[in-house]
Amino acid sequence: MSTADGATPAGGATGTTTLGSQARRTPGLVPVTETMRTTERRAPEPTPAVSVPPAGASVPEAVTGPVGAFWRLLGSELGLTFRRPRNVAMLAVLAAVPIVIGVALRIIGSSDDGMGGIIQDVAGNSLMLTFLSFSFLVMLLMPVAVSVVAGDSVAGEAGGGTLRYLLAAPAGRTRLLAVKYLNAVVFGYAVTAVVAVSALVTGLILFPAGPVTLLSGSTISMADGLLRIAVAVGYVGAAMAALAAIGLALSTFTEVSIGAIAGTMVLVIVCQVLRAIPDLAAISPYLLPTWFTNFDAVLRSPMDAGALGEGLLVFGAYILLFGSIAWARFSGKDITS
Amino acid sequence: MTAVTQEAGAPFGAAPPSGDAAIVTEGLTKRFRGGQVAVDALDLSVPRGSVFGFLGPNGSGKTTTIRMLLGLVAPTSGDYSVLGLPQAQALPKVGALVEGPAFYPYLSGTANLMRFDAADPAAARSTAGRRVTDALERVGLSAAAGKRYRNYSLGMRQRLAIAAALLGPRELLVLDEPTNGLDPQGTREVRALVKEIAADGTTVFVSSHLLAEVEQMCTHAAIMRTGRLVAQGTIASLSGGRVARIRVETPDAAQAARVLAGLGLDDVRPEGGRVTAELAGHAPERINAALVEDGVAVRGLAVVRPSLEDVFVGLTGEGFDVDG
Repeated sequence: MSTADGATPAGGATGTTTLGSQARRTPGLVPVTETMRTTERRAPEPTPAVSVPPAGASVPEAVTGPVGAFWRLLGSELGLTFRRPRNVAMLAVLAAVPIVIGVALRIIGSSDDGMGGIIQDVAGNSLMLTFLSFSFLVMLLMPVAVSVVAGDSVAGEAGGGTLRYLLAAPAGRTRLLAVKYLNAVVFGYAVTAVVAVSALVTGLILFPAGPVTLLSGSTISMADGLLRIAVAVGYVGAAMAALAAIGLALSTFTEVSIGAIAGTMVLVIVCQVLRAIPDLAAISPYLLPTWFTNFDAVLRSPMDAGALGEGLLVFGAYILLFGSIAWARFSGKDITS
Repeated sequence: MTAVTQEAGAPFGAAPPSGDAAIVTEGLTKRFRGGQVAVDALDLSVPRGSVFGFLGPNGSGKTTTIRMLLGLVAPTSGDYSVLGLPQAQALPKVGALVEGPAFYPYLSGTANLMRFDAADPAAARSTAGRRVTDALERVGLSAAAGKRYRNYSLGMRQRLAIAAALLGPRELLVLDEPTNGLDPQGTREVRALVKEIAADGTTVFVSSHLLAEVEQMCTHAAIMRTGRLVAQGTIASLSGGRVARIRVETPDAAQAARVLAGLGLDDVRPEGGRVTAELAGHAPERINAALVEDGVAVRGLAVVRPSLEDVFVGLTGEGFDVDG
């Protein structure tokens, strides 16, 4: 900060300052860093004047600037997303569900001796609650949360009018879209992680820790169990990232964010319905939600890497397809909002 | 003002790359889907260092033109150049206010400006805090910097939008209806601010339908009508097209008309309690003397110069939304 402040008087001395022309001059404080600043950054920084920067000023900027600027915009985006009360509330709800499930199972488990399979599994080991929570949430609640953030991403800015100012800044269309998508992906992983951590903590408090008995009957160590949870988080997060690509694509087609959000959610629900119709089993593999539950492959012994890989491939295809649609639409769109 | 620009640029030893025009458009046309032509073959030339008034009735294509210049809307045909640079390089040097303020209601003024600063790849993170504080101070929002945008009044919102346009060092300021929603005090402040910015050599492109405002602020102006440019030039040349008239208020209109005609004035029009005529180089005091000498009771005498408004109404016809 001090170096930046130091750069000001140097500029103020050479030209008329645009910003605060009367104040903000600290004569005598011509810093050593001045030359470094001048070459390192764009010229208007040392001279907040109307002057035209030298032609070469953009060259160093091109070397160091874009990456830093990209992260800065992404940081700003994440700050908006994770500080927004609505999004925080969704994360809180998602964190609460595993606690509710855990407490409920604990009550059932202690009162009833004739326990069912899953309940027995969960009651028998603290780690199983995570997988149970995923299978409860991955089909609806988690997609809802991701749809809200992804569907709102571009449409929300367009609806609020802030999109025109972002693009005039200029944020750059491809750059802004990339930031928006990465933001939605990070949120998708945050959703997944929140569920996993909440379930893990609840499970450890309410149920006995120790070696985990898998679906296939074999037993693995607790450390191995934690590793498998991490793999499941990675897989479910990727599933949410694929869904986010759909939300983002829909978001570029409208200025009403609720439309893009609802559209994404309706798509998820329609897919569930189609999957439930036995006659349509043939199209099931092409539907995104079909692959959401494949995270249970980590509960096989050994881990079913094939099922996971297949799912990831589908997610990749969805991201590519809908990412392209979003880009094609957004890069040529007239912003009239 | 052009001289100021070059002087300030001198330490870098670089001449403005685009010569003396901040904005040039050639045959710029936008036809929206549905066939509506918003902007039709616009040839605009905004000199560097000018305060350029962009005038026209509502719906005459002003905002669409500004959106094209900012890269928000793609032209159907024609070319444009801003600061003589490729768009990605030009836009960081352009501060813009387009169709009113738009911010995140749940963020404070400071946080909002930080957000838009983050979107500009040419803005340095290290100086962002200072630049945001400066910009807020310039528009008189320092006291409300920490308040949520949601709680801002309309005037404060407009000010914040101007502050956003002033976030970085700008060579061109594009202000679309900058005084919308401001009280008279705020309007004066904006005018003063524009003059101050222009005095630094920054080119200011102001779209407005408030003619008096443009007349007071601008050095140049262009007039749009239904997507077409009907006139552009300096304010003086635009209003110079019409001649000044003398207006005599008197109960003896007929006699006054005779005197004026006798002095050789053209287009003498007696209208009830007043007579008007083209002044055309006659000295008003002589005319007054002649009237009094002839026994005409002169109650009032004035030289009426055509205002920009008269010019605009003449050029844009009826339906011009003069006072918004």
